[in-house]
Amino acid sequence: MSDTLTPVNDARAADKPRSPWRDGLRRFFRHPTGIVGLSIIVFFLTISILAPVLRPYDAARDRDLRARLAPPSAEHIFGADELGRDIFTRVWHGGRVSLRVGLIAVALAVGVGTFLGLVAGYVGGWVDTGIVWLLDILLAFPGILLAIAIVATLGPSLTNALIAISITQIPIYTRIVRSVVLSLRESEYVQAARALGSGSGRIVARHILPNSLSPLIVQLTLSIGVAILDVAALGFLGLGAQPPTPEWGLMIRDGFSQFLRAPWMSIFPGVAIFLSVVGFNLLGDAVRDVLDPRLVE
Amino acid sequence: MLIFAITRLVPGDPAIALLGQRSSEEARAQLRIELGLDQPVWLNFEAFAEEGPRGLVRAQYPIYMSRLVRGDLGRSIFSRIPVTESLRSRFPATIELTLFAMAFAVFVGVPAGVWAARHRGKIQDTAVMTLALSGVSFPVFWLAIILIYVFAVTLGWLPPSGRLSVATQLEPITGLYVLDAILRGNGAALVDALRHLVLPALALGTIPLAIIVRMTRSSMLEVLSQDYVRTARSKGVIERVVVNKHALRNALLPVVTVIGLSFGSLLSGAILTETVFSWPGIGRWVYDAISARDYPIIQGGVLFVAFIFVLVNLIVDLSYALIDPRIQYS
Repeated sequence: MSDTLTPVNDARAADKPRSPWRDGLRRFFRHPTGIVGLSIIVFFLTISILAPVLRPYDAARDRDLRARLAPPSAEHIFGADELGRDIFTRVWHGGRVSLRVGLIAVALAVGVGTFLGLVAGYVGGWVDTGIVWLLDILLAFPGILLAIAIVATLGPSLTNALIAISITQIPIYTRIVRSVVLSLRESEYVQAARALGSGSGRIVARHILPNSLSPLIVQLTLSIGVAILDVAALGFLGLGAQPPTPEWGLMIRDGFSQFLRAPWMSIFPGVAIFLSVVGFNLLGDAVRDVLDPRLVE
Repeated sequence: MLIFAITRLVPGDPAIALLGQRSSEEARAQLRIELGLDQPVWLNFEAFAEEGPRGLVRAQYPIYMSRLVRGDLGRSIFSRIPVTESLRSRFPATIELTLFAMAFAVFVGVPAGVWAARHRGKIQDTAVMTLALSGVSFPVFWLAIILIYVFAVTLGWLPPSGRLSVATQLEPITGLYVLDAILRGNGAALVDALRHLVLPALALGTIPLAIIVRMTRSSMLEVLSQDYVRTARSKGVIERVVVNKHALRNALLPVVTVIGLSFGSLLSGAILTETVFSWPGIGRWVYDAISARDYPIIQGGVLFVAFIFVLVNLIVDLSYALIDPRIQYS
């Protein structure tokens, strides 16, 4: 009896439309480098979240002047800086700062960039011309250079660094969304939706935005790594986080002045930046492989 | 305009920044007149009412733009040296470093990308791509510090900073020391200049190298799966010729685009690399200006780098026609 039923069930299962997201997830979890990337990110996110709860020392205040420039040991496994602060604790807490700034900067860029891309592509005309003109100006400056110019004038702070990095990434998202909108605006199903009386807001929300999601997610994952590097670069130049914030770029800057006597001050924050960026790059590459229709074939 | 706007819309008075909080109001007012900061920012409607159209443009932005088109970027607030003069003296150092970094990235990156593509899925491919992934994930300033620590401090093979050793004598001609040493026939200076270039060029070239490797590999993979490559192989053409003659040239177009775009990351990366290596180029100069809040230098430096970036991209666009004769510009 069961032998005769099985093929029927299989046929029903085959007829049932499979969710592209579930398919994507299944492909992602078969992607070994993607899993490695995700694991690294989950590790950094976990220690960042746990940082305020589990802390052997206060990252900014706890100073042990007897341990000044102490090399790595059982007591201070990453060594101590010139003020006797535990570098392990500072690197750990630094993850919180870098990941937070990276994530918020990219989220802001995605929000503003998507909005501008939708407006430019959907409204068209002089609005589109104006937005494209603004993007062209922003794209004429290499990313970090524009961020440096913005922070140099706004004044050095972590918030201004976040704003500057976000501004440099907006054109990327506007371009992606605008190109999707332009390709879909005159498509038959959008015209059909319009003919059925759907308003602009509904068409954008139900038809255009979901189609922009795939390239947006790929770009977003890769952008977070870039944002973390940019935050660190601004910190290193003295334009980002200010002392005593345990920010990785700023820690390398502090370590640079002591680097003949205490190289560990620079090495460990650098390794942390490198690993977190590798994590996001691996994840971004895997997400691109999973979501790229040509690679799905 | 963008750079002008962000430097002018910032709260705070440059006169106070320059003269300090304790300066007298008369001195500040005098300095504002000297710097032209007493004028309106965009257009002078007051003067327009009195003098007509000529008065309208007596404002900071029109004056700045009229000077800019004449190649005048203003003067350093502190040293009073014209920005263009400093740019001219520092540009050769930056361009020399950038060209060497780019040469390193291209001459290592393209063959490595081709090699990885030819060994797709094998250990060679995995190794190259892992290194490439690491390359795009390094903070450039940290890599620079590590290179100095390993090769200059620990091993003592290469100098840690500067463009020439103190003992080396070289009369500059172009400002590009390697070229100058060749032109002067000064072998000792040539070796010294090259030794000073190795570490900064390695640090600066790593990110473009990684990007070029990745792009060359993916472009080559696409071309190697084309019908004409299969035809060439089935005709019995040897693999080396198939790769180098048939595939590589067609795979180069996106690589050239990436090389052009990488120039931007090189120029901005130069700020970080030059800072670590005390390299007396535009990057280090802008960094010092940032620390001193010397706005004309920041403005001029950023504008100049953006100009070079746009210029390089234009050259890249034009070079497409050379690489691919099917592309023509009318």
